[in-house]
Amino acid sequence: MGAKVKIEVRNLRLSYEHKEVIHGISFDVYENEILAVIGPAQSGKTSLLRCINRTIDFIPNAFVSGSIKIDGEDVLKTKDVYSLRRKIGMVSPLPVGLPLSIYDNVAFAPRCAGVSNKNELDNVVENCLKRAALWDEVKDRLDSLGTKLSGGQQQRLTIARALSHSPDVLCLDEFSIAIDPVTTMKIEDMLKEIRSQMTIILVTNLVQQARRIADRTMFLWNGEIVEIDSNEVIFSERTKNKKTYEYVQGIFG
Amino acid sequence: MNQGETKKLKSRPLWSIYGEKAIEILIKVSGISAIIFVFAIFFFIFREAFPVLSSPNFNLKEFLFSSQWYPTSAVNVRYGTFALTIGTFSVTALAMVIAVPFGIGAAIFISEFCGKRLKETLKITIELLAAIPSVVWGFIGLTIMSKLITQFTGAPVGVNVLNGGIILALMSLPIIVSIGEDALKAVPDTYREASIALGATRWQMVRRVLLPAAKNGLLAAVLLGIGRAVGETMAVLMATGHAVHIPHGLLDSVRTLTANIAAELGEAPERSEHYQVLFLTGVLLFCITFVINITADFVIRGIKRKQ
Repeated sequence: MGAKVKIEVRNLRLSYEHKEVIHGISFDVYENEILAVIGPAQSGKTSLLRCINRTIDFIPNAFVSGSIKIDGEDVLKTKDVYSLRRKIGMVSPLPVGLPLSIYDNVAFAPRCAGVSNKNELDNVVENCLKRAALWDEVKDRLDSLGTKLSGGQQQRLTIARALSHSPDVLCLDEFSIAIDPVTTMKIEDMLKEIRSQMTIILVTNLVQQARRIADRTMFLWNGEIVEIDSNEVIFSERTKNKKTYEYVQGIFG
Repeated sequence: MNQGETKKLKSRPLWSIYGEKAIEILIKVSGISAIIFVFAIFFFIFREAFPVLSSPNFNLKEFLFSSQWYPTSAVNVRYGTFALTIGTFSVTALAMVIAVPFGIGAAIFISEFCGKRLKETLKITIELLAAIPSVVWGFIGLTIMSKLITQFTGAPVGVNVLNGGIILALMSLPIIVSIGEDALKAVPDTYREASIALGATRWQMVRRVLLPAAKNGLLAAVLLGIGRAVGETMAVLMATGHAVHIPHGLLDSVRTLTANIAAELGEAPERSEHYQVLFLTGVLLFCITFVINITADFVIRGIKRKQ
């Protein structure tokens, strides 16, 4: 492919207590691509994202080994977790609207990073809400509580929030669970657009979603990579592993 | 077999139906009893106090706004509780100035920043602090604190507003800490995770997310602390110096409404005017706590409406 490697994962192992859930996986994510991660429940998709932005630190008894390098810097050894996390946007499956106003929700990360200029914040908020296809619905009530929005709107709010610190890497964890198909399509289009500015890892249960927007797809199964390849291969009959073909085509799983 | 089961369900024994009704009524009664008790208390206190309202020696304006308290004087009887009210307020205010920052700070530390072991130790210790009887606190104020205060400030008497305020602060701290900590614990973990994932430091997370999310509970913690401070009797009786006098500074002695009742009720002949006025002081105290609670309720509701 020849593109620059953005994230380099080598021999990543993760265990909770004594149960290993990721068994030494290695893969690369290229700059400005959308990598979809598919696989059934318990295959370690969410845990993988948690490792990348180091929120795994907050789970007691979780033990990680191996290396995850973003731009050559090892995530697991970095001293400044906060600036690392600012480099990564994270969207969780169920929307978590912070109990703040819509404006404050989006301005949260820039403020934490030390931005206090009102104009600058206004710009960021408007920009991010527009990109998350939410601006038109909320522009007249930016002061109302973010938690009062509907589920789908809240999810778009969290996406706007994840974009607010202009991350290099955007991780989405099954973002479409709580939103309707039309909005999902809007966001998918948006993701394709912003791909030129960042690298996107998309964990999804919807195989078709991976097919629609990803450049490459990784199939995780019980904490191991079954196959990772470009979409043309994964969604064809030429998959290297028969399991991938069957999962993707809906024959099992 | 299926039919047998449905039959069984239909023929539910009579005692079970009436039993359920009875339990329902029992629960209703215990719920309503709270209201009955409050009104009964108010009624009986007021009944004891009522006759004095028509006495020639009594004047409501004087009772509320005069600081002359000479209940046993033979020629010049005066029932002014203003100094006592000010005493209660000054000691409570000082206690809150000390206890609120410490209490909320401790609650934040315990729930967010400290390790598991330390957390358990701290919680147990704080509960222990709550279990110390108030007379023991008064004793500490009377002996240890008063000595320290005369030593460090050069005040002529060690039992004063400062002493009472510190003692009350220590007494209301455990309440503020434990209820404040519960309020913070009730904030869903997803908030913490989301703000951390956005690159917030722990302190930023606490200040920008947790405190706004938990403000109702924290306010309740503070108000319960105030309630404790206003109502406390024995400790302030021993630690504030018991002088009927509007304080001009932290080092003046005062007397509070509660301490006044406790100290004088035993000596006032039953049904005498003095006795009745003391009950009226009780009514006043009741009204003060009532007003505080109502205000708190309105404040909390105001916050809720905004959300």
